[in-house]
Amino acid sequence: MSGQVDFSRALVDPNVPPPSGLRKEGGRIPSRRFNVYRNNVTVSLCDALAQTFPVVRQMVGDEFFAAMAREFVLVHPPKSPIMSGYGEEFPDFVRAFGPAASLPYLADLARLEFLQVEAFHAADAAPFEPGLLATFVSEQLADLRFRAHPATRIITSAFAVASLWFAHHGQGDLGDIDPARPETVLITRPDFAVRIYRLPQGAFPFFSSVLAGQPLGVGAQEALPGDETFDLPGALALLLESGATEAVTLEKDAEHGPI
Amino acid sequence: MRFSSVPRLPAGVGIGFKPDFFDGLVDGTHRPAFLEVHAENYMGAGGLPHFQLGRLRELYPISLHGVGLSIGGERPLDREHLNRLRLLIDRYEPASFSEHLAWSSHDVAYFNDLLPVAYNRDTLDRVCDHIDLVQEYLRCRMLLENPSTYVEFSSSTMDEVDFLAAIARRTGCGLLLDVNNVQVSCVNHRRDPFAYLDAFPVEAVGEIHLGGHAEDQDDLGDRLLIDSHDRPVDADVWVLYARLVRRMGPCATLIEWDNDVPPLAELMSEARRAGEILHAEALEKRQNTGHRA
Amino acid sequence: MDRRSINLALAVSVAAAVTSVSLPAQAQDAANEKCFGVSLKGKNDCAAGPGTTCAGTSKIDYQGNAWKLVPKGTCPKTASPASSTGFGQLKEFKEKKA
Repeated sequence: MSGQVDFSRALVDPNVPPPSGLRKEGGRIPSRRFNVYRNNVTVSLCDALAQTFPVVRQMVGDEFFAAMAREFVLVHPPKSPIMSGYGEEFPDFVRAFGPAASLPYLADLARLEFLQVEAFHAADAAPFEPGLLATFVSEQLADLRFRAHPATRIITSAFAVASLWFAHHGQGDLGDIDPARPETVLITRPDFAVRIYRLPQGAFPFFSSVLAGQPLGVGAQEALPGDETFDLPGALALLLESGATEAVTLEKDAEHGPI
Repeated sequence: MRFSSVPRLPAGVGIGFKPDFFDGLVDGTHRPAFLEVHAENYMGAGGLPHFQLGRLRELYPISLHGVGLSIGGERPLDREHLNRLRLLIDRYEPASFSEHLAWSSHDVAYFNDLLPVAYNRDTLDRVCDHIDLVQEYLRCRMLLENPSTYVEFSSSTMDEVDFLAAIARRTGCGLLLDVNNVQVSCVNHRRDPFAYLDAFPVEAVGEIHLGGHAEDQDDLGDRLLIDSHDRPVDADVWVLYARLVRRMGPCATLIEWDNDVPPLAELMSEARRAGEILHAEALEKRQNTGHRA
Repeated sequence: MDRRSINLALAVSVAAAVTSVSLPAQAQDAANEKCFGVSLKGKNDCAAGPGTTCAGTSKIDYQGNAWKLVPKGTCPKTASPASSTGFGQLKEFKEKKA
């Protein structure tokens, strides 16, 4: 029987008694002493979640967040010592967490916050310089493929997650937001600061296609017929301005054939 | 195995680096002798952490301090984590790499805390095997830190100082002597911290840590110290430090402050206090040695 | 849409986009840059997430007693489609016993 197996089990579950191999103090099991370890583990992991999900925490309040985080830690201890990666399963956990059901947008907001931390630590790359597009002739444009910047992430949500996130960072009034309005969020980090954009209506098919490496012509066509409100110049300007891409290549893709 | 070509930390006072300190350390406002960073905070692919560390290493000797290798673990070391450490060491060429006499993961779960190890022949063999592997893999001599502990094991048959001395002897690793941990563990287990320091194999020590602790009570109502790194260094720990430095001479010393971190200027004033003790006691030692010669 | 129309739409769009876009800040200036859209006071490591610790804590928080959960932060008090009575319908939650 392994001592560390026993120790581990008691560490994460307060209903399990302290492991049997501990030296007794005055004839008694040193429960309070063992609890220091329980405390260190739980508090440090809950603190780590609080740092990755500050807006979720503000939304539900410190007490609710702490209780929810403790439940999460019990079911999903970290798998790696790199704490900035901890909490990947938290959005799904929040989605299934009964007491938070009255806030259906909470899970997507958690996802936005996790991807923001991921983007912060993503690989560096110089963003694509928009001026280079002028070097292509118009016949080539439809065949251009962008390569997404390593930090670029995109989320589509049935809720107004970007507006909620902005309101918690001093941009816009929380009271004016209809949480049930769908929004798409673009997360990029062309330099060292993470940028968050709320994509305009109808722009998601274009962005998801182009950022997945599809030719620009395919991306433009995905959006154009479906949505009269889609603004191609505006979407293209945002794609370039955000630094969401790092390069462009001109190549035909046999799989998709000529447009 | 012996590694002699490793750069050493300077015998001055350093601080634990936090991202908010970057500007004050780069613009010359503050100038500690070295900076210590936690290896696991620099294991992302890119971004601001690497930019900062890359810049800082041009200005300061860097001490790379690992918290997640689980050297005291019953399971084999995580090769993936060793690889990440090797990449960091190759990239930043730190003046020192240190880790803890503790375990922190079991199977797939990582507990984010430094958990205690029983001290006996079996665990000694296991820890030495792990350190041999680490030093071979990272191609450098590492420092192993004495832990803060809150419980002891009935299976322990060696005391902590003997255990650490045996590890240093067998593996050739150096030791990181955390004086606050000495105070915390000795009070918690009703031992004499002065005796602990006097018995410690100081010839193996490559770095000293100082930090603050909190106080609580155990089940019997006795003092229970907690290694919280959230306040100034305790008066008792300053006394221990002075005695240690007088015995061993000048040595790289770090002020650790990880929770409720104060402004850089306040941390630097703790560092200055350590520096004064370091120089005064080291001078005393030199003079004493001189008289005898 | 045929290829010619796509090319035309793209040519117009690219021309408009390129002229409207100002270049993103260069990497070397970025360390001093604020997070986009927000200025997170006192933090120059916007979105860094948690770091590691080698310290313990004296904050007691491991206890898993049954508790009531009431979200009472900044949640917008707007009816949500998932809740027929909208926000404000709070549930008591008992922690699962292991």
